[in-house]
Amino acid sequence: MRESTIMKIHYGTAIAAVALVAVHVLMRLTQGFAESLEYESVLANYKFVPYAIMLELILVLLSIHGFNGLRVILLELKQGRIYEKAVSYGCLAAMIGLIAYGSRTIIVVNMGLV
Amino acid sequence: MAQVTSIAEEQTSTPLSSSKSITLRISRYNPKHDDSSIFMEFTVPYQKWTTVLEAILDVKKHFDHSVAVRYSCRQATCGSCGMMINGKPRLACFTKISELNSNVITVEPMSNFPIIRDLAVKFERMFDSHHKIKPYLIRDDTELESDAKEFLQSPKEVEQYIQFANCIKCGLCNSACPTMATDSSFVGPQALAQAYRYVADSRDKGKDSRLKMIDEPHGIWRCHFAGSCSQVCPKGVDPAMGIQLLRGYLLGFRS
Ligand code: HEM
Ligand code: SF4
Ligand code: FES
Repeated sequence: MRESTIMKIHYGTAIAAVALVAVHVLMRLTQGFAESLEYESVLANYKFVPYAIMLELILVLLSIHGFNGLRVILLELKQGRIYEKAVSYGCLAAMIGLIAYGSRTIIVVNMGLV
Repeated sequence: MAQVTSIAEEQTSTPLSSSKSITLRISRYNPKHDDSSIFMEFTVPYQKWTTVLEAILDVKKHFDHSVAVRYSCRQATCGSCGMMINGKPRLACFTKISELNSNVITVEPMSNFPIIRDLAVKFERMFDSHHKIKPYLIRDDTELESDAKEFLQSPKEVEQYIQFANCIKCGLCNSACPTMATDSSFVGPQALAQAYRYVADSRDKGKDSRLKMIDEPHGIWRCHFAGSCSQVCPKGVDPAMGIQLLRGYLLGFRS
């Protein structure tokens, strides 16, 4: 992928995340902090489909943004053909891994499997 | 005929009788046989107008002629005499001792450049990057054909790039850039500013090939808006702004 395409995605995900994280924070403000972390309350959040979809979106956006950011940092830290390939594919794999693991959590709880 | 009894008085702008003096600390290092650099200290007289380059040349003349320093024009035009002066990249010929407000002046080779010896550094990487962005007008026709007319530009069109055409390739911007310090493949602010200089020139038709060249993993996107390049540029080029304007093309805000 062109570097400019990657960076458009990087900036785009950051802007979208600002909006969604703002909604996420506002939703949390409807409860006290400790209360919002109660087991039942966390489960209830995942079961509320629109909110679960939003959490999933934040997960995807910030995983893309964060792991691309990590890739950028690592590319600037050290150079070399093999190292750079390892960084790029490693970050992509970690990104997919984190999204898969987070999505699993959201889906499992949403479908009432716990 | 008058008999010559002594070597003619040397013409120097910093006569040794000057009442004021500073300590000039010069970094000495020869990668061929030194493990690390050391500082040598010299007491150098100066006047209000004495430049750091003149002080270094005074040291060469009176104390140690082996100090390696690159210079030519002595008027901020050739871009040879860049060095770290009291920790900041500056042109030695364009920095007066009096403006530094310090009794001790430390000169070191420019950061982010390999050292040849003492204050002289290798410019190969910067020149390679500069060359890579094709620093010339690209178009099929030429002004040189017998019946061709010169390529006219309006003052507005000139304004688009003229500031960036002032670059003297001194490398101070590359020396100040934090990305240059860690990313050995980064094109650097000097070449990026020149890429903008040609892309923004209404006579140039090479925009697409230049943009493609800088749109790679160690290209324009590795600039993180530190802005130190523009702060140290002695010619007011503002490479940081050039980089942001170039980004405008790549992000679709400009065409
Ligand atoms: C939602 C608010 C956020 C905004 C507006 C934002 C914006 C940005 C921008 C504009 C850059 C590019 C900086 C540059 O090129 O110099 C960047 C880089 C980066 N971001 Fe974010 N970001 C946000 C959240 C996050 C989060 C939550 C993470 C961690 C998961 C993250 C991780 C990174 C990393 C690792 C970099 C690369 C470091 C760098 O380039 O300086 N960001 N971010
Ligand atoms: S942009 Fe300025 S600091 Fe950089 S090489 Fe050109 S003149 Fe020197
Ligand atoms: S000697 Fe030419 S720029 Fe300083």
